[in-house]
Amino acid sequence: MVNTNDIVQPIIGLEIHVELDTETKMFCRCKNNFGDPPNTNVCPVCTSMPGALPVMNGKAVEYSMKVGLALGCNVPSHTKWDRKNYYYPDLPKGYQLSQYDLPLCEHGYLEVPLSDGSAKKIRVLRAHLEEDAGKNIHDNPRHTGVDLNRAGVPLLEIVSEPDLNSVEEVAGYARSMQRLVRWLGVSEANMQMGHMRFEPNINLHITRDGKTYKTPIIEVKNLNSFRSLEGAVAYEITRQYEEWQADPEGFTLAKLGKQNRGFDDATGRTVFQRDKEEAHDYRYFPDPDLPTVEVSDEWRERVRSEIGELPLARRARYMEQYSLNFKDADALTMDAATGDLLDGAVALGADPKICAKFLLGEISAIANEKECTIAETGINAVQLANLANLISTGDINATAAKIVLKNVLNLKVKMQSIRDQIKPLMVPSQKMFKFVNKNKPQLTDAFREILKQTETATQNLGLLPSQIAEAEGLLIVKDTGQLEEWVDAAIANSPEAVEIIRSGGKKTEKSFGFLTGQVMQVSKGAASAKDVQALLREKLAAK
Amino acid sequence: MSNITEMSAASLACAIAGGEITSVQSTQAYLDAIEAREGDIQAYNEVLADHALQQAREIDAKIAAGQNPGPLAGVPIAIKDNLCTTYGHTTCASKYLTNFQAPYMSTAVAKLQAAGAVIIGKCNMDEFAMGSSTENSSVKITRNPWDISRVPGGSSGGSAAAVAGDMCAASLGSDTGGSIRQPAAFCGVVGFKPTYGRVSRYGLVAFGSSLDQIGPLTKTVTDAALITGVIAGHDDHDATSLPNPVPDYLADIDKPVENLRIGLPTEFFAGAAGALSPDVKAAIDQAIDTYKNLGAEIVEVSLPHSRIDIDEAGGLSSFAVACYYIVCTAECSSNLARFDGVHYGHRTNDELTDIIELYSRSRAESLGDEVKRRIMLGNYSLSSGYYDAYYNKALKVRRLIAQDFAKAFENCDVILCPTTPTPAFKIGEKTDNPLEMYAADIFTISVNLAGLPGISLPAGFSNDDPKLPIGVQLIGPVLSEENLLRTARMFEKNRIQDSVETKTEHEFHG
Amino acid sequence: MSKTIDADLVRHIGKLSRIELGDAEVETLGRQIGAVLEYFDKLQQLDTEGVEPMAHAIELTNVLAEDVLKPSLTPDQALANAPARDENFFMVPKVLGESS
Repeated sequence: MVNTNDIVQPIIGLEIHVELDTETKMFCRCKNNFGDPPNTNVCPVCTSMPGALPVMNGKAVEYSMKVGLALGCNVPSHTKWDRKNYYYPDLPKGYQLSQYDLPLCEHGYLEVPLSDGSAKKIRVLRAHLEEDAGKNIHDNPRHTGVDLNRAGVPLLEIVSEPDLNSVEEVAGYARSMQRLVRWLGVSEANMQMGHMRFEPNINLHITRDGKTYKTPIIEVKNLNSFRSLEGAVAYEITRQYEEWQADPEGFTLAKLGKQNRGFDDATGRTVFQRDKEEAHDYRYFPDPDLPTVEVSDEWRERVRSEIGELPLARRARYMEQYSLNFKDADALTMDAATGDLLDGAVALGADPKICAKFLLGEISAIANEKECTIAETGINAVQLANLANLISTGDINATAAKIVLKNVLNLKVKMQSIRDQIKPLMVPSQKMFKFVNKNKPQLTDAFREILKQTETATQNLGLLPSQIAEAEGLLIVKDTGQLEEWVDAAIANSPEAVEIIRSGGKKTEKSFGFLTGQVMQVSKGAASAKDVQALLREKLAAK
Repeated sequence: MSNITEMSAASLACAIAGGEITSVQSTQAYLDAIEAREGDIQAYNEVLADHALQQAREIDAKIAAGQNPGPLAGVPIAIKDNLCTTYGHTTCASKYLTNFQAPYMSTAVAKLQAAGAVIIGKCNMDEFAMGSSTENSSVKITRNPWDISRVPGGSSGGSAAAVAGDMCAASLGSDTGGSIRQPAAFCGVVGFKPTYGRVSRYGLVAFGSSLDQIGPLTKTVTDAALITGVIAGHDDHDATSLPNPVPDYLADIDKPVENLRIGLPTEFFAGAAGALSPDVKAAIDQAIDTYKNLGAEIVEVSLPHSRIDIDEAGGLSSFAVACYYIVCTAECSSNLARFDGVHYGHRTNDELTDIIELYSRSRAESLGDEVKRRIMLGNYSLSSGYYDAYYNKALKVRRLIAQDFAKAFENCDVILCPTTPTPAFKIGEKTDNPLEMYAADIFTISVNLAGLPGISLPAGFSNDDPKLPIGVQLIGPVLSEENLLRTARMFEKNRIQDSVETKTEHEFHG
Repeated sequence: MSKTIDADLVRHIGKLSRIELGDAEVETLGRQIGAVLEYFDKLQQLDTEGVEPMAHAIELTNVLAEDVLKPSLTPDQALANAPARDENFFMVPKVLGESS
């Protein structure tokens, strides 16, 4: 029951929690890792034993600065740590170390691409560093189990201004943030592993008959997928409008203030949530155990210099410089490593469009198959450039290129696995070789053979696509003598087809295709179809 | 050779390292002394007899093998029960931690052990170090060896009584507002609180984190220098531990400080004349005369924000005490939040299904009155609406107090004042009035707020019967430990009465 | 001894502090806390305009640890003092969700 005269403007701010991909936790040197058995990555500090003290992880501080600087934030010269006091079983200290009034980063923005091709700047209010809580496990119906492996993992909380006005903008902002933190290498931002969690604040500004109403601000807690983020925001926009229509003077921010809700993935609805800290008084105060962080200009500039080109800038450059379309340029800038490959190959003289086609086509397919990133398939810029050049010069056709690529990557994977396997054996096997040589000379040959094979295999790792194409006979044959031989053989072997062509019957084209196919088959794809057809026409016409 | 339990830690270490006596002998001598006197004094929450003898045997084996046994070779040292040890229990004299066995070692105790010390037991204290008489212990009441009807002071009362009663060669305490110096004064021993951060707090159960500091209670100044040298230094586990190298405090310990200027804060003398018991005043005057005779220049300095006020009823108050109790209660309200009955410690036996009830009842059942009071005070002054009036105001006053000291030290090297307004009071005398108890720390509290090193030295006795020790306090600038200890040693060498000797003539029955 | 804080406020602070209080305790604590707060009010006599709050006794900066693994406790060590455990989890009554 939408009143068409109402102007409904959703006002949405988003808090994004990003777990930083450091080796160790924020305040102790326990492993920061997802999925280990319960309470294995814990120590006196993160289990909050009496007398244990926090010492901050310098890497986490730098990672946060990196995100802040990439967002165009001010990274102030002085920041500190505060205690946020509340009780929960997954928070063993009874307080969370966080940053209250002096965050590490403040006042930046993120540009979010929209489907109409435009982009919107979403302001970032602040980004502060804190520690994650442990996990409450609810498997048992009667009680809760607490696992503290996650307690103390560094968490960057990035708080946007309420600049988002639609589900699309919220989703776009969240995905852009994911891309940015991955790009900077500060977080894997893997949703399944809980590396990114969202808390949107949503309300509506509704204008009816010249009067503007504001609905209560709803914070939806702990969303851990894009789907639930979008679902929760969409649901809230509809729900709040309906509730307001039922009671326009009562369902307002002024009357109801702020509320927390949770999102039920199964029903797609948000549900009212009781506040955990009833009194809602966190009693923040400066942490006495952690000295302040003073960021000098030198430190800030060093971190800034490590950031390099950011995804949106690179995407624009690809469209401009490499004449790629938006879709391809966008796909190539999802992570830094893919673009680095492309730029590397282009620098070696390869055609950017051909490279992009390989990266987004064959190589992407292989990456999907192996469930890894493009860079992790193992291709390097030299190989990519070499492959692209084979296409540019017409030395190889598309079918052969696929085969070559598969060979390059498979060989690489195979050899890497051999290398990994033999590495720990190398020293003992050399020792054993000496021992066998001395005591059982009859076995020496077998050993020598194994070592030789290993060596050859290892050397083959550096093979270029052109070398593989040549070895496999996949280069297009430009030797006319060879071509003539194949064409002559095809003519001789298929008198029926030749007869049809000569007689100019209905099936002329089909028979011509058949003959071409015969030649291609014999050449194992190394012949150029165009060359074969030209030669066939010439021969058949001449007779 | 004199009786083992009357020797200083330094002489004992020499005798053991030199093979004159074994570590096992010395440990056994102390265990025997504990056996004899613990019934009266009640200094220990746990005596680690088996463990100590095992450590002693290892030291003896080291010496026999010609290895360096360390500067504290075989010296039996007692530890305040708020320092984590992987053997025995670490209870903080609280019911909450009655059964707690720490899974890790505090840095200070680990360093003592590495230096060859034998850890002989865990000493009683006010629960979580909150108190000035050790009467807030949930374990037992410790008695002053000089008069067992009186308190040993606190919160390191067990540590002080154990040294004074010759039940250990030395001990470690912790000092948040005077908790080493005040009991040292009451028990007639040396109590040294180094600069904040000089000794790692890792493994010290936190009370007021920005004030807490570990230090030794000893029979002599040289022992204090020896032990401080062992436990001081930067620790990767404590971000507030100071990176500065640790000087050799023993190198020049017997060399008098030249051109020494002793500062007397007006506010602690003329301004507080009515605050001191006549015996304390006489002892302090005598201490000033001692320094004068040693050639020191006496200068007047001012610590306006540590001023002592006396009300009509004779009650003492000061800005520093108010500031201190706001800061330490705020910090402790948060520090003690971890004692919630979930990860370790006491959980109520009642079958509760609500987590908040479980927290609240477990804490109510296992925390003592003073601890509850301070947690609640802290939560009050941190809660929204009161933060600026109390907590933030206190942090600003804290800076004013620290600035007063910095200014005073422009004109003097060491500040001298009483450690306590009176000698040890009677057990039960002040338990009903928290504010009166707080006044016992009126001379020691500013030192913690400013992070300075301070030492309490035996400075004579009262005219009570039996007579009670009186302490004089010396305060130095940040990281002036070396100079401060030398200044203290000058006094110790020249003081008229030797409290250790006097005490041994005394029967340990009041 | 004049200032007393009222029972509701004592109960509220008791709640914040997670300390269950009996009625008699509420009364006593109201009186005692009131007296101490009155003492605290002494600081209002001082002018602290423009004074920077001092949260640390000695002001250090940038004490940062290297991001290098050190040994953890075993689950048994971590759980040795737990009042209740379920296999390698700390066990508590049923709670909802996670904190954040």
